[in-house]
Amino acid sequence: MSAKPTVAVHKFSSCDGCQLAFLNLGEDLLRLSELVDIVHFAEAGAMAPEAEADIAFVEGSVATPEDLERIQTIRANSRYLITIGACATAGGLQALRNLADAPAWTADVYATPAFISSLDQSTPIAAHVKVDLELWGCPVNSRQVLAAVRALLFAVAPVEEQDKVCLECKRRQGVCVLVAKGEPCMGPVTRTGCGALCPRFGRDCYGCYGPAEQPNTDALARRFVGLGLVPEAVARRFLFINNAAPAFHAEGLKWTKEPSS
Amino acid sequence: MSERRSVSIRVPVLARVEGEGALELDVEDGRIADLKLRIYEPPRFFEKFLEGRGFEEVPDTVARICGICPVAYQMSAVQALEAVFGIEAGPWVRDMRRVMYCGEWLQSHALHIHLLAAPDFLGFDSVVGMAGAHGEAVRRGLRLQALGNDLIALFGARSVHPVGVRVGGFHHAPAAERVHALVARLRTALSEAQALVEWTAALPLPEDEQDFVSVALRHSVEYPMNEGRLVSSDGLDCSIADYERHFAEEQVAHSTALHARLHGRPYLVGPLARLNLNHDRLPEPVRAALERTGLSLPSRNMFHSVVARALEIYLAVHEALRLLENYRPPEHPGREVSVHPGVGYGATEAPRGLLWHRYELDAAGHVLSSRIVPPTSQNQGRIEQDLRTSLERFGLDRDDEALRLRGETVIRNYDPCISCATHFLRLKVNRP
Repeated sequence: MSAKPTVAVHKFSSCDGCQLAFLNLGEDLLRLSELVDIVHFAEAGAMAPEAEADIAFVEGSVATPEDLERIQTIRANSRYLITIGACATAGGLQALRNLADAPAWTADVYATPAFISSLDQSTPIAAHVKVDLELWGCPVNSRQVLAAVRALLFAVAPVEEQDKVCLECKRRQGVCVLVAKGEPCMGPVTRTGCGALCPRFGRDCYGCYGPAEQPNTDALARRFVGLGLVPEAVARRFLFINNAAPAFHAEGLKWTKEPSS
Repeated sequence: MSERRSVSIRVPVLARVEGEGALELDVEDGRIADLKLRIYEPPRFFEKFLEGRGFEEVPDTVARICGICPVAYQMSAVQALEAVFGIEAGPWVRDMRRVMYCGEWLQSHALHIHLLAAPDFLGFDSVVGMAGAHGEAVRRGLRLQALGNDLIALFGARSVHPVGVRVGGFHHAPAAERVHALVARLRTALSEAQALVEWTAALPLPEDEQDFVSVALRHSVEYPMNEGRLVSSDGLDCSIADYERHFAEEQVAHSTALHARLHGRPYLVGPLARLNLNHDRLPEPVRAALERTGLSLPSRNMFHSVVARALEIYLAVHEALRLLENYRPPEHPGREVSVHPGVGYGATEAPRGLLWHRYELDAAGHVLSSRIVPPTSQNQGRIEQDLRTSLERFGLDRDDEALRLRGETVIRNYDPCISCATHFLRLKVNRP
């Protein structure tokens, strides 16, 4: 990398929450801008969407015909492409429309559907271009994005966390909400990185960091049935924030009723 | 006199706004022939996702509509769902929800003033550029923003998509030591917020008086945040349940967000509308700070929004401190909920203005239908109206760059949150 590496932050279909991992940095944002040149970051004011960058962070899912072209341009202009958050990494909550009849939804709710430019599917960035690193989380936090930048500035590969929330919760001596309160906690199958926030707040993890490495979703789903969840409720546990992540998607569909036609 | 020229200005991506929007402006014969604030943030179908979900899943779902104001979405949702069940969450929950909301106003307003708006008024492209010449002001802004984020995290574990809010109360009550640490920071922040009010009032803001209707919640004694009646500067005063009798949304060709109208006309929501309608509800020290600015209310200059935001930051610090000073953890952070079918309404004041929700639940507590009206879809019509007026006054003969910058400044001044603006609802279709 050159003496002062360049960084771009691009946005696709999203809530803007992952970009806040940068905008909420406080003084560290000013320090970061001394270490790297932020060449494109529309929300922060740097505007050069076609600029070349050493590191490109991409927020949001691919959801419109224009997005399809834009992500190709970004890939071509970027040395190291990092997706940030559930939308960019797994299609996001809005990928729920992949399970529905999206054109029918649009026609159902819009007076003039022809004005709406939207693909039938919301897809992750990796469905379209090579992604060098995926940062999971809804949202990702500042620690994750800074760790990635820091590792790349040291010219080493960033470390990917694949541990389960459940282990993180134990390490931090949380009381198990699944065992102690019978809550349908997704911690045993969800990737850590959040700090096990939900179970340590006494509530169920809802899987916003996506599937961990080798998640035993089948056993957990059956445990949920044991807690009294009906099949549709089990399906909804998996078909939520990261509904299009393969491990959660497959488990969710197993518990989904066949639509009656 | 030189011949009137034709100008076509296209700003394909607006900088320093949340979400994706564009401005298109066509000038012919010295008049604006066409002007569009184009919102192309793709639709995300939230109202559809909610159908069939359990009521307890709603707060975590609607938070994802907006990363900048997830608390607002959670607050309007729990208010509406508690109304369906006919429960009151109790005084402790009520107070702490207000504190959490203060945190969101604080972080969102501080982000907007310093990172998005002020660079326009001081002649910079971004906060990074501004930090050199206005270092202390920028650092003060970032500290206030961080304090807001930490107040949200106190109740939500994190500030973006917090996980602590539930129907009936909270999942978790903060420990007294953590609250005491924040109380100390809030005390320090009082003088910083006062200084910020003075700083914004001294900014070289354009003078641009316009005619517009303000809409906000109004509470019997408090500056509105979590509850109130719906009032307007032209005499509306109704229950939030009657919103749909007075306000209608329509689709326009150039936007994925719907435009809302009050009795067929555009209107303003947000900090200036709130302040115009509720300045008599400010607590004494904040009212004194308002008087020192010399601002006379109601104001018709939209650029006073930045001063209104600073005053609301001061209010948020003052209120959070008042409510946390004698904090004691409660026995339970919320109450049990028993499920009933029915319809409920919720309306709260998001940092950007009124956020209205309606939910219909079945007997098992599943969502049958929902409707969410975010602030930016309400402000869209007003922004376009403002752009027409202020650009014509600014002078359409100015060069393209100056026109573009003024147009962007006008838009950014509303702090449009375009991610939120994108939503869907059932429309009545009238075809010839």
